[in-house]
Amino acid sequence: MLLLRFLGSTALSLFGYLGELLFLMLESARSLVTTPIRWRLALGQILEVGYRSQLVVIVTGAFTGAVFAAQTYFQFHRLSMDTAVGAVVAVSMFRELGPVLTGLMVAGRVGASMSAEIGTMKVTEQLDALRSLGVHPVDYLVVPRMIAMMISMPMLVAECVGIGIVTGMFVAVHLLGVSQVWYTNYMLRFTALRDLEMALTKGFVFGILIVFVACNEGLKSQEGAVGVGRATTEAVVIGSLAILIVNFFLTMVLNIFFPAG
Amino acid sequence: MAQTVPHSMLAVAGLTKQIDDQQILRGIDLQVASGETLVIIGRSGSGKSVLLKHLIGLMLPTSGEVFIEGRQIVGLKERELLPIRRTVGMMFQGCALFDAMTVEENVAFPLREAGERDPKVIREKVAAALEVVDLTGHEQKLPVNLSGGMKKRVALARVVITRPHCVLYDEPTAGLDPVVSDSINHLIRRLQKRFGVTSIVVTHDMKCAGHVADKVAFLHEGAIYFYGAFADLVCSQDVLIQDFIQGRSGDTD
Repeated sequence: MLLLRFLGSTALSLFGYLGELLFLMLESARSLVTTPIRWRLALGQILEVGYRSQLVVIVTGAFTGAVFAAQTYFQFHRLSMDTAVGAVVAVSMFRELGPVLTGLMVAGRVGASMSAEIGTMKVTEQLDALRSLGVHPVDYLVVPRMIAMMISMPMLVAECVGIGIVTGMFVAVHLLGVSQVWYTNYMLRFTALRDLEMALTKGFVFGILIVFVACNEGLKSQEGAVGVGRATTEAVVIGSLAILIVNFFLTMVLNIFFPAG
Repeated sequence: MAQTVPHSMLAVAGLTKQIDDQQILRGIDLQVASGETLVIIGRSGSGKSVLLKHLIGLMLPTSGEVFIEGRQIVGLKERELLPIRRTVGMMFQGCALFDAMTVEENVAFPLREAGERDPKVIREKVAAALEVVDLTGHEQKLPVNLSGGMKKRVALARVVITRPHCVLYDEPTAGLDPVVSDSINHLIRRLQKRFGVTSIVVTHDMKCAGHVADKVAFLHEGAIYFYGAFADLVCSQDVLIQDFIQGRSGDTD
């Protein structure tokens, strides 16, 4: 009985939370078509989200590609399949590692900053001030961030994947002695445009997830510094978990449109 | 109520607010005539700020009606409220300046949001608004570098730049020294005289109330305990009112 009650209340809070997110998404979509877009704010956010996240994404992509190439080589070398390392690294970076790791890093860096900024505005009555001046917080705060994420995330994913493939090739060819010609040959044979399309689609979806989770946490944060801290933590935790969970379902669906191999 | 009084700028009827199991407002009825200044006084926690937020639709009542210039705002959607709110300015207790913007950008914000794009017009109007609040020369400062009194002045300049019909003040002198408080009181009075705006001032500063009020409403435990002229309030023999005016808590050492 207790277990049933626990499961029931968990399901209710989950549906409640999903309802909040859906409501925010619908309000943002409505704002996008009914009110002028604040491009100046959106460009500022692109600078913050896209440009300033590059170091994190480049380091993540570089070392993930490098270590993945090395681990793949160590396993494949025993089977004398050294030249297949390039194909495995490239396909994995495109389809999974690039989008997911970029999503997780951006959820940590950008999601936290968005929820903290909006949460602080809420507790210092700046959101009420916006409303009192006749400005809808969704128009002013959420929509520019949403646009910035929709543009920046696919680019960051592409950057992460590209850097990962290059460092993977460097490690395999220059440090582990795999033939560059065969490495490149197999990599090109087993990767195609559909892999890039899958990576960019995932990046786009993860960007939307991060921005709505972060903005929702900021907008509903409770009074005081503790509330803002909690909102920030929740934005990162929920954003990261959402990326991992949605990634599985997205992979299954996208594999229909962009089949592997 | 308000529909029968067409000249009232703001009116509330039977306003109640309950948050969880706490009754904050218990049936408030008020009318503020155009150009009038109503001061709402009361002890901390009596529901003054909550009432003020209801007047501009920042909070929704549990029951009752709120009218701005004769138009019922309870039940309107957030987006329907936005244009109505532009006719009523609000100065928040903590000023609520946008901390990422300079003084000039803060004051220009309502103009830009109203669609003004000409930088020359914006600059002139910002200069005029800052001149009204005696803050010329501080345009490029960030809110973090301003004193409490200066923040209040910037908040006031941001409110008056679009010439609202009515201004709501939430504790305009809270946390300020007596001299700065006095200058803010004079500023409120000056705005009333110069622009003829209707004002509602929430405060527990009796000096402020005496300086700016046409009418005073004393709020106690979520209900209006006294409504009338400031002189009548001061002369009242009611123990609760006199305790508030004299600042007597009833505690002994």
